[in-house]
Parts: sequence; C-alpha cells; structure tokens
Amino acid sequence: MALKMVKGSIDRMFDKNLQDLVRGIRNHKEDEAKYISQCIDEIKQELKQDNIAVKSNAVCKLTYLQMLGYDISWAAFNIIEVMSASKFTFKRIGYLAASQCFHEGTDVIMLTTNQIRKDLSSPNQYDTGVALTGLSCFVTPDLARDLANDIMTLMSHTKPYIRKKAVLIMYKVFLKYPESLRPAFPRLKEKLEDPDPGVQSAAVNVICELARRNPKNYLSLAPLFFKLMTSSTNNWVLIKIIKLFGALTPLEPRLGKKLIEPLTNLIHSTSAMSLLYECVNTVIACNKHGLSFSQLCVQKLRILIEDSDQNLKYLGLLAMSKILKTHPKSVQSHKDLILQCLDDKDESIRLRALDLLYGMVSKKNLMEIVKKLMIHVDKAEGTTYRDELLTKIIDICSQSNYQYITNFEWYISILVELTRLEGTRHGHLIAAQMLDVAIRVKAIRKFAVSQMAMLLDNAHLIASNTQRNGICEVLYAAAWICGEFSEHLEEANQTLEAMLRPKVTTLPGHIQAVYVQNMVKLYASILQQKEQSGEKEAAQEITQLMIERLPQFVQSADLEVQERASCILQLIKYIQKLQIKEVPVAEEVIALFAGELNPVAPKAQKKVPVPEGLDLDAWINEPPSDSESEDEKPKTIFHDEEQRHSRHRQPEIDEEELARRREARKQEQANNPFYIKSSPSPQKRYQDTPGVEHIPVVQIDLSVPLKVPGMPMSDQYVKLEEERRHKQKLEKDKKKKKQKKEKRGKHHRHNSLHTESEEDITPAHHVDIITEEMPENALPSDEDDKDPNDPYKALDIDLDKPLADSEKLPVQRHRNAETLKSPDSEAPPVEKSKKPKKKEKKHREKERDKGKKKEKEKKVVEEEEEKKKSSKHKKKKHKKEKEEKSKDKKKSKKKHHSEEEATESVQNGTLDDEPLPVSSCALAALTYDIQGNLQNDSQVTVSVIFENKSTSFLKSMELNVLDSLNTKMLRPEGSSVHDGIPVPFQLPPGISNEAQFVFTLQSIVMAQKLKGTLSFIVKNDEGSTHEKLDFKLHFSCASYLITTPCYSDAFAKLLESGDLHMSSIKVDGISISFQHLLAKICFHHHFSVVERVDSCASMYSRSIQGHHVCLLVKKVTFSILLERGKYSCLKCPGT
Amino acid sequence: MINAVLVFNNHGKPRLVRFYQHLAEEVQQQLIRETFHLVLKRDEHICNFLECGSLFGGADYKLIYRHYATLYFVFCVDSSESELGILDLIQVFVETLDKCFENVCELDLIFHMDKVHYVLQEVVIGGMVLETNMNEIVAQVEAQSKLEKAEGGLSAAPSRAVSAVKNINLPEIPRNINIGDINIKVPSLSQFM
Repeated sequence: MALKMVKGSIDRMFDKNLQDLVRGIRNHKEDEAKYISQCIDEIKQELKQDNIAVKSNAVCKLTYLQMLGYDISWAAFNIIEVMSASKFTFKRIGYLAASQCFHEGTDVIMLTTNQIRKDLSSPNQYDTGVALTGLSCFVTPDLARDLANDIMTLMSHTKPYIRKKAVLIMYKVFLKYPESLRPAFPRLKEKLEDPDPGVQSAAVNVICELARRNPKNYLSLAPLFFKLMTSSTNNWVLIKIIKLFGALTPLEPRLGKKLIEPLTNLIHSTSAMSLLYECVNTVIACNKHGLSFSQLCVQKLRILIEDSDQNLKYLGLLAMSKILKTHPKSVQSHKDLILQCLDDKDESIRLRALDLLYGMVSKKNLMEIVKKLMIHVDKAEGTTYRDELLTKIIDICSQSNYQYITNFEWYISILVELTRLEGTRHGHLIAAQMLDVAIRVKAIRKFAVSQMAMLLDNAHLIASNTQRNGICEVLYAAAWICGEFSEHLEEANQTLEAMLRPKVTTLPGHIQAVYVQNMVKLYASILQQKEQSGEKEAAQEITQLMIERLPQFVQSADLEVQERASCILQLIKYIQKLQIKEVPVAEEVIALFAGELNPVAPKAQKKVPVPEGLDLDAWINEPPSDSESEDEKPKTIFHDEEQRHSRHRQPEIDEEELARRREARKQEQANNPFYIKSSPSPQKRYQDTPGVEHIPVVQIDLSVPLKVPGMPMSDQYVKLEEERRHKQKLEKDKKKKKQKKEKRGKHHRHNSLHTESEEDITPAHHVDIITEEMPENALPSDEDDKDPNDPYKALDIDLDKPLADSEKLPVQRHRNAETLKSPDSEAPPVEKSKKPKKKEKKHREKERDKGKKKEKEKKVVEEEEEKKKSSKHKKKKHKKEKEEKSKDKKKSKKKHHSEEEATESVQNGTLDDEPLPVSSCALAALTYDIQGNLQNDSQVTVSVIFENKSTSFLKSMELNVLDSLNTKMLRPEGSSVHDGIPVPFQLPPGISNEAQFVFTLQSIVMAQKLKGTLSFIVKNDEGSTHEKLDFKLHFSCASYLITTPCYSDAFAKLLESGDLHMSSIKVDGISISFQHLLAKICFHHHFSVVERVDSCASMYSRSIQGHHVCLLVKKVTFSILLERGKYSCLKCPGT
Repeated sequence: MINAVLVFNNHGKPRLVRFYQHLAEEVQQQLIRETFHLVLKRDEHICNFLECGSLFGGADYKLIYRHYATLYFVFCVDSSESELGILDLIQVFVETLDKCFENVCELDLIFHMDKVHYVLQEVVIGGMVLETNMNEIVAQVEAQSKLEKAEGGLSAAPSRAVSAVKNINLPEIPRNINIGDINIKVPSLSQFM
C-alpha cells in the first residue's frame, strides 16, 4: 500500500501541472493544436487514476483548456468526483470546472444534488461558499427545486459571507423554479434590513432584478425602499433602489411626487457622478411633474455632456434621449450641443447624438439637419458608421408617416443622392423608401418617375461592381416605379432601351426579374401611345426591339428571369403577328396591367377577424387515431403490439437482404444515364459550360464620389424651401399686421412666437399620403408584439397574497431513502412520492376553480346585457341569477361564518372581495377589490377597474356612492356628499383602467353594502349620450383585515396573554380538501398560516386598527361521519 | 445583471473567460473574438461604453471595458447595472488582483487563471455583484488560500518540490517573459461612486 502511494507521488513528479501546461502551449506556438491534443490524452490517463490530487490537477488543466475553446464536457463525471473531494483545495477546483462547463443539458448533473446539499450544510463556511458560487452558474430546474429549501435556510446563516451569497443565489433559483418565489419572499424581504450592509445590498440587488421584470408585484415594497433610500449611504444600494423606483413610478404616479424631494436633494448633494446620473434618470422616468424639474435635469445633463470625460458625455446623451420622449421642447434648445457631438471622434458618442437628432427634428429644421448629416455621410470613413448615418437619415425622414417632410421632391432627391454611396449594405432600405413614397404620395409620382428613369439610365454607374455592392437594390425600385407609373414617363423609349441594355444581365436575378416584368408595362404604354397617334411603324419598331433584346434574359441562369422572359417573348411575338395584320392591340396589352396597386399594412393578414362560426381548432375530418397515446398506457402495450404484429406481418428483412438490394440499386443507378450522381459537385458542372466566367470583369475603382449627370442636388431644394418659407412668412406677417391693427397689440408677444411655430409651414405641394390598407373589421388588438416565451413571465407572481400551505418548499430527504430498510424509514419516502402528485392535482383544481369563476362572471355579464335588451325576460333571469348567487353564497358562507360569529354584529353578506364584477352593462363593467390602508387605521382603499366594453369612447366618468353612517367615501374638500368623484382618465374602446377610491369608516365590525352610480358620457361617431350604471359595493369584515405574517412564538404569546375573546363554530358539508380550504381562507380573508399540524392549523391576521384576529381551523373526521370542519375564532379589541 | 466578464490581451488571447449563461465553447470563442475586434478599434481616451448590438442578444446589453497596459477587462452588462458603477467595479477588481498577486502583470493571469477566477468569484457571483469593498474581498481570498495551504501540508510537499525543481530550469523563464511582462500599472482613477 505504502509502496503504491510512493509510486503515485513519483508518477506525479512527471505530471504536468497547470503552469507546465501553459508553458508548454506557449513553447509550441507552431503546432499548438497537436500539443494540446497530446495533453488531453495525458489528462485522460490522469483522470483514470485513483489519486484525487492527480485527478484535480487534471481537471484544473481542463478548465484552462475550456477557456481556449476546447469542449470538456466529456469529463463531467470526473469533475463531479473532484467536487466531492473532502479537501477544500480540490473541491474548489471541481466546482470551478463545473461552473465553467455544466449546464442544463449535462446529464450527470443530477448526481450532484446530494453532494451539493452536503457542502451547503458543511461546517466550513468556505465549503458552503464554494458550493453556492458553483451553483449560481449551473443551477437547473431540478437542482433548484431540490435545493431551494437548503439555500433558503442559508439566508439566515450566522456568517454574513454565506448570507449574502445565499440571497443572491436565490434569484437564480427563482428563475429556474418560480414556485419557490412566494415561500422564500418573506425571508428575502427580511434581508432588506439585515445588519450587514453586504447582505442588505444583495437583497436589494435581487429584489430590484425581480421587480425590473414584473414591477407591479413589488409596489407594496415601495415604503420600505423609500426608507432605505433616505437612510442608506451605500452608493451601490442607492443606485439599485433609485433604478427600481424608476421602474415603479410609471405604475404608481403618487410615488413620483414623493420621490421628487429626496431625489432633488441627492442630485444637489452627492459627489458621486454615478448616483447623480441615476437620480436624473429616475426623475426622467417619473415624468408626471412639471417642466421646471426636468429643466433641472437637462441642465445637469448639459454639464455632463460638456464634461471632458467621454464617459460622462456619453451617459449625458443617453439620458437626454430619455427626456426627449417626454419633454422634447426642453431638449431641442440644446441642439447646438448635440450637433457638436456629431463631430466627436468617438463613435459611441456620435451614435448617441444621432439618436437624439431623431427626436429633435421638426418640419422647420428637418432639411437643415439632414443637410448636415449628408455632409457627414460624405466625410464618414468606414462603412459601419456611414451605414448607420444612412439608416438614421431614412429613419428621421420617414418617422411617424413622413410627418416632418414638407417637400417630397426634396426627399426623393436625397434618396437619389444616397444611391451614390458605394459599398453600403442598405440599398434595400433606400429602395423600400423610394417605393413607399412613390406609391403613397400620388402628387410626387411624376417627379419620382423622372428621377428613377435617370437612375435607370445611369445604372451602369450604380451597378459598377455588383458583387460587393448592395446599392444596386435601388434599381429594383427604379425599374418598378418606371414600369408601374409609366404614364408619367416623358421619354419612355429611352428608358425602355436603358432597361434592355446587355449590362443589365449582370444584375442579381431578382432585380432582372423586376426589370423584365416592368419592361412589358413600359412597352404596353409606349404601344398605346404610338397607336393613338397613328405611328404604326414606330410601334412595330418598338416591338422589334423587344424581340431582339429579350432573348438575353431568356438565357438567364435565374429561373424567375428565364420564365418571365420566355413568357413575355412569346407574348410579344404574338403581338408582332397581329401588328403585321394591322390589328390594333394596345388596348388589350394595357389591360394586362389595369388597376391600381394599393399599399397594404404589414399586419393586415394577421388582423383579418375569424368569421363567426368558424372554429380553427376543430377537426375538419375525423382526427387520426393517436398512436402515441398508446405509449402512455403501459398495461395495454403488450397486448397492442401483438395485435399489430398479426395485422401487418411484414416479412423481416435481414441485413444480408438489405445489402443485396443496396448493391442492385447502385448497379441500376450506374447504368442509368439520367441519374445525377451526387459527386462531382454541382458547381463544377457549371464551370464547364461557357458562361459568365469567361467574360473578363473589369473593376472600375472610383475614388471620387459619383456625380450622376443630370441629377438634382438636394441642396437646391433647401434654398428654394428657404425662399418659399420666407415668402410665406412675409405674406403672413402682412396679414398679421392687418390683424394687429384690428386687435391693437393684444397678442403682441404671441404673434412673434407664432411665426416660428411649425404649424405655419405649409407643404410645398399638396401631399396626400395614402394610409396602408387594413382588412374590414380588423381587430384593434396589439397583442402580437408580446413574446410568448419570456423566461421572466413565470416570475410574475403576486407576492402579497398569503402563502398557502401547499406552496411550501419541498423539504427533500436523501434520495436513497426510497430503498426501504426499516419500518421507521418507511413513512417519509411514501409521503414524498405522493407529494408531487398531490400538488399537481391541487394545481389543476385551482385552475379549474378559476375557470369556473370566470365562467360565472361571464354569465352574469351576459345576463345583464340581455336584461337591457329585453325587459320581458327580466324576471326569469333574475330567478336564475338568484339561484346562482345563493349557490355562491352557500359556498362562501361556510367559510365566512366564523368571522360573522366573532364579530357578532355582522349578519350576512357575500364577502368575496376578490375582484368580481359588481356591475356591468353592454357599455362598461366594473370590478373592484378592497384593501386595508396601512397608513390610516380607519380607511380602506377600493381599487375599481373600469372596463369599456363598447366600441365607443367613454369620458367624463364620475363615480358616486351613497354614504352610510359607518362608511363614507373620501371626497375632496369642499364638495358635498352628493358630488361624485371624477375618474381621472377616459376609456377608449376595449380598454380597462384602474382607479382608487378611499373610504373612511367608523366601525370595522360591521359589514356594509353601499349603493353607487357611475355616470359617464358615451361618445361615438353619431354623437354623445349620457349613461348611468348602478352598482353595489360589499364591504365585508374580512376586507378590513390586512395580511400580516406572524411567527409561531409570537402567536403563542398572544394566545397566552388571555385578552382574546373567543368563540367557535362548526361548519358542515365542506367537500374541498383541507389545504385547499386554508388557501381559500388565506386568499379571500387576508389570513396567513402560522402553523399547521396535519389537519389543524392556526392562522393569523390583523385588522387595520391593529386588532389581532387568531383563527384555529380544525378538521374533525369521525369514523362514520363525513368530514367536518371546525373553526374557532378569537378576537381581541384593544392591544 | 452581468452577462460576461472577459479578460484578453492586446492580441485577443483570452486570459479569463466567465460567461454567466451557458454558451457552447465555439460561441464563446466567437464572442471573445468579436468583442476583441470591437474594443481594439477604439482609441484611448474615448468613452468606455460600447453598444454591442445583437452580439450578446439584444440592445439591452452593453460592453463596459477598461484597458490596462496589455490587458482589456470587458464586462458585458444589461440595463439594470449602473454604467459608471461597473467601471468602478472593474477598477476594484483590478486593484484587488494587484493586491493578491503583488503587482499583478499579465504573466500572473496567464499562469494562475484559477486564482483569478477565485478572486472574481468574490466580486461577482452568478452575474450579480457580491462585494465591492476591496478589503473585504482581499480578506476572503486570503482566508481561502490560507485554508488551502493548511490542507496542503505533507501531501502537497512533493508537488511543491517538483514545481520548485521545474522552476530552477532558468533558461526557460526569460523566454516566457518576452511578451506582456510589463506590470499592469493600476492607475488611481477618479471614482464615480
């Protein structure tokens, strides 16, 4: 044995360690790959040894090779071996390698669960730390589920070093196993107030990351974060919190108001630029406030942009672009600064400045800005930045449906000028713009066609070297425009000849195809023109020209071109025959292209509504028998298989037979002259044919920017435009002077401002932008923008909801516990194996329950709708509804009885305060939810969701409630009890929005029903009408409770104190499971489970006035009797 | 979230590669190459932020880098991180390396990639910032290497002896120093935090 060990260490003398490996690689620069493959062979040998030190050395080397790009996943099992070493040194190496190469697809990863659990609970904090670090990189859904509970325990570890790591890793666990979020959240929240700043920072980090994806679930944490923000001095924490507020404020406008003061203070006081910058950013996010404050931001940003530090300059511009969205005016005044940034030597900064320009253009300055950009285009070196400029110019001009373009002739000439760019990738962009403008702006077609004809004429310049030139795409647009709008063409003959030049055949196939197609359009219009003027010979000449030149396209290698060309050639030959017989043909030829093409919106196809009665999911034919489902029924599989065998009885083909057949087939193929063999490669065959390759291609290198003769310079338009505007201005001034005389300087200041405003700039000629067509009855939904597989969607979980017992994290035992050894160990595995099933079931139940509720809601709505239509059936319907309700009541009563008893004065009431439609009609629906107010002990907040179900616009909504003695709606000061509260928004069709109303109450032991009315104005095309909608608000006692978690020891103390009143009640006939029942109580009545033992649970809640409400729920099962639930309730006013 | 931490030298040779999402090795190498080309083009004294377009999956990601002597330190982060904060974090990371290796130079990173990883693990974990206080980071790193030494004891002696013997082979050492032996002079930069 000892000898073996000695031998082992002697062997190790010759093993390479990491340093040797690195040195070796550096010394073998020439044959690095060979050397490394040698090393990998050595490593494989080392991994086979028993010595863990040798193994870990090998794994360490593998980690290095992984960095160089070598796949090391084959060593996954060895890595796990090293991870499970007892020594920290080796363990660390193992975990490092695992964190570099393990992922969800690594199959051996499931072997690590127990090892990791062991390391997590190790007494050595660094073992734990290393395991956590590793886990953060390769946690899988399975690992997350199995280890969530262990990591959660570590969040309360004594060492802050472990606590902060555990907190951070929880985020990764949430991502992989979203079910763990709710149970772990309370503890995560606790960590926000951890004494150790590192742990606190980690918790803030995790919550911010969560809230960034689903901000609305974290609104309730705002007060806590507010406290942290005003107390913390750690800039990292502050930055995170401030960023978080930036995400929350859009959801809660009131938050923005509260934030302004502390943020302003920070902006003024902090010396840390990073913090200042984030403050400014968040202020921008809460854009609800007035101009003066964003002015402060802009000023601060200007200081940043003017700073010599390029980083600050960049960030300043970045933030500026955010302001631009909300306060474009305040940014526009800094145009000088931004244009200056365009000349910066730093590309990042130039790009940011370009972004800003996009938002800064107006009708007035568009030409000027684009002119500057065109200068930059000429100067720009390197294609990437120039391409960026090009796209920006097009973006700027085409934004919001060409809103800022006053002169489309100018725009067309800009586009034509852009075609001079060599080597740009964005030829298709320019082409798309040309097409779009020419199609949608009717007035410009004549001009566009003349320009495009010129482009076609000079096509040889544009398409000089097609291989690496994307700009030839514009010829596609040019050819199409000239063809489609050929009636505007002045010298159609010339254009047609240009299109028929032999050079055209060097263009890409799809462009040639468009050429061919549009030639015919041109030809048709020329033909018509000639026939009308009686020039028969000229008409025949043009036909002859076509017949002479078209064959060059017929020979094209591109199928599309070939097909179109040969088709058209035959057509024209036929026309020629007719022409010789002197038959007029022009009318018929032109009929080929009759009708106008209209632009269609890109989303049009999607928006076609499904006709009524058409079910797209229904089978047209009988569905084919599902063969796969057989696999799920293991019992019948053998039986089935037997049957199948007997049915098909296919002769078994043995290997020999197969080989024989293959041989025969090969023979056959070899003898078949028409069989195209896979080799030699098809490209070779092309080379054999005499073709394009033999034509010498001379590349013309033009260093001077191209000047296409006869092309208009866009600059002249700028001048013209200036003159035109000047004239307009003069005219207006004259008019104004007249007005002034009449009005005597009343609007003196206004006038001078007004002449500058952009409304006054009228377009050069009448611009008629045709909107894109949409199908009839298009649906207004915009859902198509949402990404269905967003990984963060799963974390959209309501965290304020109390934890149901079923949601507790699974406490896993060792997997091998399943192999039974003694009767004692029998119990846990059985339970475990049951658990997942149960869970699933429950989940399904919940879903079904939800479904039912929805259905019910729908029914009520439908009924109400019908009610309006036909009052005849009213009574019947009422009965039905009542039945429904009473059913509902039965259910809820069972659950609510307890409180009713306890509070004694409560009589009755459906207490469901989950959002439910209280009232709805054909036009609008209301749903509401009552929440206790944390700040004020005699107020509750009712959130009402208004939904507009009609197709008209709802506005001037006013909500009024008939106050009772006990419950009153909080109205603004000075208004009487009969005044309604205006709802602070209007509702477009199909939209819903939420408003909150505060109610004050005297006593919280009294259930209330308040009647109310919502009045609103319905506005549609026909006019507007005033409508009313009655509703009832049910305030149950449970709605005055606030979910408060309570620890079991505190709960015990409370019970011991003896100042609780007590009463109890039995409820029979509950059919739902106990867990389900608890979940329902938690959900509907704001209780939280303190402790649960089998079929008995203690629950706790607190009223808004601070009363403790304790609840003991017990399930009593008798041997013969059915299940029985027993509630007891304790209540204590005071304390 | 931090998506990746990359360290490579002026020639694009990777010295530390840490992706916080799993990517196949070829993709990793491709990203390193492209990042290197993006960063290489940029002069000194221009801003340290770089929009990487679709390179790392979306406009939300940004490259934040610093250049020290022969090495580029590049962090790829999304919009939830403060740009200036990350710049400071890179500085903290480099200063920590400087302390742990005593005047760090590229060679230290070349031969002790594992140790550099261990330092990084005390700064960033799973893409989230763990600690920004340099003293705390150094303390944790040192405590762990102490633990390693204590464990080493007798069993590690032979290997140490071996590496000592190997290092005696003096003529090899100068050959290795021919590139990048310049210390990373960690400048004391103005802090944003």
